[in-house]
Amino acid sequence: MYNASDLRKGLKVEIDGVPYAITEFTFVKPGKGQALYTCRLKNMINGSTFMKTYRAADRIDQPVLEEKTLQYSYNDGHGYVFLDQDFEQVTITSDVMGDSRHFLVEDATVRVLFHNGNPIEITMPTFIEKEVVHTEPGARGDTATNVMKPARVAGGYELPVPLFVNQGDIIRIDTRTGGYVDRVKR
Amino acid sequence: MTGPASLEILRTRSGACRAVRDFFFSRDFIEVDTPVRIPSPAPEEHIEAEPAGDWFLRTSPELQMKRLLAAGAERVFQLGPCFRRDESGPMHNPEFTMLEWYRANADYLDILADTKSLVAAVATAITGRTTVSRHGRVIELMPCWEIITVRDAFLEWAGWDPLRDQDPDRFDMDLVCKVEPRIAERDHPVILKDYPVHGAALARCRQDDPPCAERWELYIAGIELANAFSELTDASEQRRRFETATAARTARGMAEYPPDADFLEDLDRGRMPRAGGIALGMDRLVMLLAAAPDVASVRGFV
Repeated sequence: MYNASDLRKGLKVEIDGVPYAITEFTFVKPGKGQALYTCRLKNMINGSTFMKTYRAADRIDQPVLEEKTLQYSYNDGHGYVFLDQDFEQVTITSDVMGDSRHFLVEDATVRVLFHNGNPIEITMPTFIEKEVVHTEPGARGDTATNVMKPARVAGGYELPVPLFVNQGDIIRIDTRTGGYVDRVKR
Repeated sequence: MTGPASLEILRTRSGACRAVRDFFFSRDFIEVDTPVRIPSPAPEEHIEAEPAGDWFLRTSPELQMKRLLAAGAERVFQLGPCFRRDESGPMHNPEFTMLEWYRANADYLDILADTKSLVAAVATAITGRTTVSRHGRVIELMPCWEIITVRDAFLEWAGWDPLRDQDPDRFDMDLVCKVEPRIAERDHPVILKDYPVHGAALARCRQDDPPCAERWELYIAGIELANAFSELTDASEQRRRFETATAARTARGMAEYPPDADFLEDLDRGRMPRAGGIALGMDRLVMLLAAAPDVASVRGFV
């Protein structure tokens, strides 16, 4: 259990069995009144946020959270299968994977946050490399750097790339933004 | 949290203090210095004094300034440091600068007239305008101040009557979560007035049905800036209110303060005149005028 005085930005708490992260925190004290702690809480499962105010005497549940490093193995049609360090299989649904699913490559190492044993949040490596499986050839001589064209990488994810990128190139993608970073090799 | 203040903000702060002094001198107030280290802070349910040896640092100069009224002063003001333990946030610093003033033969509405003129005078001296900007909004400081009773505000925005249902805990929560956010939407100053008797241990009680404390709070851009009372002068009533506050403090494990015997004796002997008084957070006023994000950023040292 946490006391209200333990609350701070970044702390993770549990309300009615759901884990929340405190994204904003303010000490408030109305004139002649008691100290209150106003928090913006982000639901760690569905991302929704709400405001909640705690009194000094309130107690707040502490969530059981565990972070594990997993290695991606394959997609079995129902979900994404990973192996933990003991080579136990962990299946993560595409709901939980969210946009991260586009950036999985075989043997990729990801960090997964578990709440009461259930995976709730995936942290991908910041940069991953993917092969371009389809893009139109760039027009010869067009060297403007800010002109982009659509490309599809292995696994089906589509993103804008510079004109000089060709089919078969390996490109680096920033998993936080989903954007093109650079070309690794032709 | 930001701060400390830039030299530019310190100039603004200095100008604001000068404008405050000019304002009160021109109205025949005397500036006073009462002790910062005192043996007997007024017992308040939610304010904890910082110990200083066997005594305490003042949380407000209120009792000493009232003793000056009892000694015959008619108009007194003071600008100086106060200390409140464990109060730290965007609008709070454990050490802060308080402006208090008291008028004999006056009540909280006379103090309201002073406050309107003072805020306009200080704003004009600092910014050349009678407006302040906050988060992209312009607040007009003249001439219209909206006065809302606590009862009407709670009936409208929280759905209950805090004068009839005495519930201090729910009062604080709903004030912060339901009432203050609505007050913050106003583009003029708001006076919230006539409070439940709990929480105003030094305010005169008006025997309406139900009774209320003659107290108001000033909000500008949703920021609570000042708390004013018609001062309680009845000795036995004051003793009862102190005892209630002390009992509540004891129940919460807070420090016990010896009663201020000199202040109570002044009341016993009928020396304390009818009076109105106010405490205004000087850091918050400077913060508003300087469009600074928090009180730390208008103080020279953090």
